[in-house]
Amino acid sequence: MSNTSHSPATQSAPESGFGRFLRATEIDPRLLGMVGALVLIWVAFEAYSTFVLGRPSMLLGAAQADANGFLTPRNLWNLSVQTAYIGIMATGMVLVIITRNIDLSVGSIMGMVGMYMGLLQVDFLTPALGLGHPAIWVVTVIFGIVMGALIGALQGSMIAYLNIPSFIVTLGGLLVWRGAAFLVAGGKTIAPMDDTFALIGGGSFGALGRTGSWIFAAIAVVAVVWGVVRGRKARTLHGFQQRPVWAEWFMGGLICAIILGATAIVNSYIWPKGNIKKYYDQLGLPVPDGAEFGHGYAYPVLILIVVAIFMTVLMTRTRFGRYVFAIGGNPEAAALSGINTRTMTVKIFALMGGLAGIAAVIGAARQNSATNAMGNLDELYVIAAAVVGGTSLAGGVGTVYGAIIGALILTSLQTGMVLIGFGDGSYQRIVIGIALVLAVWLDIVYRKRLK
Amino acid sequence: MVELRDMSISFGGIKAVDHVTVDLYPGEVVGLLGHNGAGKSTLIKCLSGAYKADAGQILINGAEVEINNPRDARAQNIETIYQTLALADNLNAASNLFLGRELVGPGGFLDDSKMEAETRKIMARLNPNFRKFNVPVSALSGGQRQSVAIARAVYFNAKILIMDEPTAALGPQETQMVAELIQELKAQGLGIFLIEHDIHNVMKLCDRASVMKNGQLVGTVDVNQVTDEDILSMIILGKKPAKAA
Repeated sequence: MSNTSHSPATQSAPESGFGRFLRATEIDPRLLGMVGALVLIWVAFEAYSTFVLGRPSMLLGAAQADANGFLTPRNLWNLSVQTAYIGIMATGMVLVIITRNIDLSVGSIMGMVGMYMGLLQVDFLTPALGLGHPAIWVVTVIFGIVMGALIGALQGSMIAYLNIPSFIVTLGGLLVWRGAAFLVAGGKTIAPMDDTFALIGGGSFGALGRTGSWIFAAIAVVAVVWGVVRGRKARTLHGFQQRPVWAEWFMGGLICAIILGATAIVNSYIWPKGNIKKYYDQLGLPVPDGAEFGHGYAYPVLILIVVAIFMTVLMTRTRFGRYVFAIGGNPEAAALSGINTRTMTVKIFALMGGLAGIAAVIGAARQNSATNAMGNLDELYVIAAAVVGGTSLAGGVGTVYGAIIGALILTSLQTGMVLIGFGDGSYQRIVIGIALVLAVWLDIVYRKRLK
Repeated sequence: MVELRDMSISFGGIKAVDHVTVDLYPGEVVGLLGHNGAGKSTLIKCLSGAYKADAGQILINGAEVEINNPRDARAQNIETIYQTLALADNLNAASNLFLGRELVGPGGFLDDSKMEAETRKIMARLNPNFRKFNVPVSALSGGQRQSVAIARAVYFNAKILIMDEPTAALGPQETQMVAELIQELKAQGLGIFLIEHDIHNVMKLCDRASVMKNGQLVGTVDVNQVTDEDILSMIILGKKPAKAA
């Protein structure tokens, strides 16, 4: 891009080949660092489990049924499902943090919304409509998201119009909604959920399956190619400098390769025999020899992908997103430019609440029950994911893809430690805490270097 | 063209602006002077929509208008260059230029390419050496940031321009550029309210000058008919001038 000046004082040292590569492809080096860290963590866990624990590794040719390392379809599939709900909330938290706010209540919102969804199903919808009615899950999901959004809007209004700092409002919310969640059913657990509803939480029946996943991948690849072509057209139209053609197609090709690779992995995670039998029993057919189903993308992961695309478009291509960044960069300038910062704050917190509602749907579906402890302390992971992903607590910067990679990193650490049997919950907490501080420190050092 | 009639605004118990009347004609520069805290920024923020006056009227071309927020001011073709420039540091030049007034393409999505193209066009006029279109404005020099703020005001066909100490943080060359720009805008028929501390700049750039002290108007003079000392004594002592304009 044409941002070099020509005075001798600012002439930089000759660029290395890698530096030129980065500049041509316009890859954010921080993104590269995060992906590198993620790959490192994965490889480290796999190495530990293969060489130190002596478990069979699929990379070294073991069969899927025997392997129990990190880099197996089963583990990666589970990883994707567990990352999903944190990632979904982290995308909303990015917007909150960009505007120099914080939301400590998302875990408690999850818990309360989950309890009310359970109550709605068991006490109202099922008696009214009958067991297994197709409308039950639809109404429950809409109810959950709307309830989350309303709670968020309430908190946002208090922050915007009563001028109470967001830290305090959401800290109060953390306590209030968690207490309220307990009161919904007097501490009891509400179970089970509607059958169709429970599918949203993942599992063998809660996934797209092989064909569905390949169709999804095909659509994604087409979208990437279309995006590259359109990007070049827009730049030509206005006479801007183009990225070199090879860089465009390299990036496009890389993203397509990742999409196809991920699809292949989730498709190769095969159903347990028990579920295959259940499936054929439902159809009233005997189980054929050699029957094998691939899981494909789990529904929570699909929801995460849809949410991520929506939030990315919102942040980068709409006025709403532009105003979020403006408020974070200079709230006074935003107000003087005619931006209504107060309604923006309400909307941002409402959006965060709605995303917490979606997370509650996934959580309750996955547990197949509503518990008042759901989401307990999850706000800390959500904030950590956003921050590890490059969102600065000072406000003004942040990305959706960063937050999702941050969520992936933290979940990988967590699940990896469980997989290799590293200590119990307390050791894991220590490691995650250290990782968080380390990641933020590296980010700060990197930003200083930029200046 | 613009008349701020009998404006008053108080914060807490303090009368920041106390029954002040100033006016502005097309093609002239009116300086607004006074020591710190005299109320000049506050008065002008009533015109730019940042504040809402407690009492008084704003008349544009003889007709009274309501200015309750910055959008109303912009609707009246009033553009403001604030002392702090009011730029969002994390956004680039184009985003700042169009802040609050973004260009959208089909579907309501931001048309970043078009906004950048328009920004390049206007920056070419104002600051031909400007190249850094894709970095956040925090990475720009003071003069470059100033030119972005000025470009923002000029791009949207302002008829009335408010400049709050535009040369305070600038070097001599950039100050000269701003002076030349003011002359050019004057020639185009804009009316400019200029808040200035430097008497030298006032004598050079302004046609008339209104002096405020402690929230009240000391007087308005024709710059050609008074000396530096007259204006200084108006500012410091609040001494009314012999001839009013």
